[in-house]
Amino acid sequence: MTLRERAVPLPVRTCELVTASELEARARALLDAGFRLAMVAGHDDGHGDGLRAVYVFCAGPPDRRVELQIRLDPNRPAVPSLAAWSFPASRFERELADLFGIEPLGHPFPRPLVRHQHWPRDWFPMRRDAGASPPLRVGAEPFPFVAVEGPGVYEIPVGPVHAGLIEPGHFRFFVVGETILKMKARLWFVHRGVEKLFEGRPVSDGVVLAERISGDTAAAHALAYCLAVEDALKIEVPRDVQLLRAVVVELERVTNHVADLGALCNDVGFGVAQAYALTLRETLLRLAGEVTGHRLLRGAIRPGAATLRRVPTGAELADVAARVERLVDLATSNAVVMDRFKGTAVLPRPDAEAIGVLGVVARASGVAVDARIAHPFCDFGADLVPVVEASGDVLARFSVRAREAAASLRLVEALAGRARSLEASVGGLPQRGGSGLGMVEGWRGTIVHRVEVDADGHLTRAKVVDPSFLTWPALSVALGDTIVPDFPLANKSFNLSYAGNDL
Amino acid sequence: MIGTLATLVATSPGLLARVGASALQVVAVCVGGPLLLGLMGKIRSRAEGRVGPPITQGLLDLRKLVRKEAIRAEHTSAVAALAPLVLVSSAALCAAITPLVTARPVIAGGADVFAVVYLLLMGSVALALGGLDAGTAFGGMGSSRAMTVGAISEPALLVAVLALAIQAHTSNLPGIVNASLSHPEWLASPQRLLALAALVVVVIAETGRIPVDNPSTHLELTMIHEAMILEYAGPDLALVTVGEAMRLGLLLGLVANLFFPWGIDASGGGLAMLVGLVALGAKTAAIAASVALVEVSTAKLRLFRVPELLAGGFVLAAVAVTTGLVAR
Repeated sequence: MTLRERAVPLPVRTCELVTASELEARARALLDAGFRLAMVAGHDDGHGDGLRAVYVFCAGPPDRRVELQIRLDPNRPAVPSLAAWSFPASRFERELADLFGIEPLGHPFPRPLVRHQHWPRDWFPMRRDAGASPPLRVGAEPFPFVAVEGPGVYEIPVGPVHAGLIEPGHFRFFVVGETILKMKARLWFVHRGVEKLFEGRPVSDGVVLAERISGDTAAAHALAYCLAVEDALKIEVPRDVQLLRAVVVELERVTNHVADLGALCNDVGFGVAQAYALTLRETLLRLAGEVTGHRLLRGAIRPGAATLRRVPTGAELADVAARVERLVDLATSNAVVMDRFKGTAVLPRPDAEAIGVLGVVARASGVAVDARIAHPFCDFGADLVPVVEASGDVLARFSVRAREAAASLRLVEALAGRARSLEASVGGLPQRGGSGLGMVEGWRGTIVHRVEVDADGHLTRAKVVDPSFLTWPALSVALGDTIVPDFPLANKSFNLSYAGNDL
Repeated sequence: MIGTLATLVATSPGLLARVGASALQVVAVCVGGPLLLGLMGKIRSRAEGRVGPPITQGLLDLRKLVRKEAIRAEHTSAVAALAPLVLVSSAALCAAITPLVTARPVIAGGADVFAVVYLLLMGSVALALGGLDAGTAFGGMGSSRAMTVGAISEPALLVAVLALAIQAHTSNLPGIVNASLSHPEWLASPQRLLALAALVVVVIAETGRIPVDNPSTHLELTMIHEAMILEYAGPDLALVTVGEAMRLGLLLGLVANLFFPWGIDASGGGLAMLVGLVALGAKTAAIAASVALVEVSTAKLRLFRVPELLAGGFVLAAVAVTTGLVAR
């Protein structure tokens, strides 16, 4: 069944080819006009065409997307640094330097970001001619941390291997007594070359890879990829496809928020709430299994299509909603839990805005960013508003998750009620080249995928930005004046992806 | 030598029985400590709707650890090697002389409040030094936190038991227990109730339970006790673990017998000893179960709030002493 009615207009994306000298002025104009820098993608077009950098700016509502592209000198690839105007730009530029060997001119802090010291210095894995990965250098130069000195200051190194089942990351604390003076995170231990793996795949195959970028965000990454591909192939998908996809992504949000609510309680030693959350999470995973055929919601979202086995019933959703409420009640009615959450690891709004954080963390600091409202791919209904808290502490991030889980459950019911079939697609994908952008509000925050497709329908480049990439630096800021034993709680309240950050 | 011993046994006919009873106490604390921990874990699990590990898990873990290869962190000195031994032997000595199964243990005269509290403190300090010895950030952090907690909880423990000593006119622990046995009305006296409240706080802190420490956490940075012993492995860790479990058994046993002495073997003899053992098991299990139930319903305090809780315990103990002095 193919339905041709549209709920929202196709997003309009303007692409401008600029020169290096025009870039800065144009970027500043966009930033001043309220756009945010959502992505900087390097491109190696090969065959002597040289390197290219694509800057994606976005704003909304109304949904606006602007791309600035600059061609780079093949002999000395360099871009003028935008770090002075945008903190996200400084991170993207360091990534460009590490993966493509594109030098950010005038960058205030041009240290390696992705590249660990064991990578050869002049090997740039995203270049066409990079070849197989060379052997890692043994006894490479040490990675220096900015030393903090003073009477009574000492360092606590933690990780990258941790005691619990979490992803690898190294944290270096500089503390006096128990108070954290400074925390430096050294991530990037899980670089798998995902973006490179996309290259050369038929567009229909890329989605399997997208589902595996960050295991807990399979649906949202798959959707962002599909939206990018559909944008590139200039196809309009039926309304039902988008509705079914939205159901899946909202289910993913509820499941992960519930797990986080429980984990936050566990981190303050409140095991009852964690046990309760885990049973609820299991209920949701089983529901996901019945709805999509996969407990982690894989396989339901495909380019141009969406397939569900069934939609969640109103009774199931009501049961989950009641249990979410009970879980939140369990935590909020405990004075010790509230004492631990309140005022811990505050991320002030000006910092959140300057760093450009996204998702739950941003909304808990009063920044109302939500791609479902700024860049909607379907009609979410008039009553969807960003869930915002002002205090920026662990409690705010807890509350945002609790309220969003409840809102998403209502949304699932409304969206599922509007879908007229369980399976919808555009039919075959056209064989057409082009570039496309997909933006989805995953449970962590806004996910952006950008793909370029050749005339045969193969991917020549896929660039992924997980919200974790932009939000990680905020953790160190939030830790100012926090005590060491509160770090796990603070980190859990951010719950950023290591794998999504390091592709 | 043998002759002297024989004469000693002949002149004091109860001595052999008392040595036996003390040995039984040490064994009871050794085995009972891990079992109490297992019981607390089981109750927590059940209350959370989980099955949880069996009650004997602590003993099974000990067996596993003992079989492992002995391995020590690089750069450690004799301090790290001796700390577990000091911990276990101080706990064992306390177990031998305090009134747990019997009110007439061997060298009962030495079982002074101060002696027992400082023997326990010796174990804590040894472990803290052991934590520092490897020179890692975590060991130092754990030792620093453990000493911060201990610095407030040990005096509270001392003062709380002192309240009982004032009432019984003796600072000898078996003496206090014997006096309590003949004065059941003391249990309801204000200084006893205050001292009991103080002791419960102290026991929770000393044994690293919620809300002071979380024994089941794997979050390196929040740990107190676990951080301190992070560098220990194999048989050393088995000693540390059994030493800590013994301290738990010992403290719970002391609370049980100082406040509810009934059932303790006051006369000597096999049957009385058996009754004393069963009573000790039942009383400590009941206290452990209530601690576990309280744990379920609360969360871990922020580290900087722990001193507030302990200071509260200390104040209770001090008020207990004052009440005791006024009541005299």
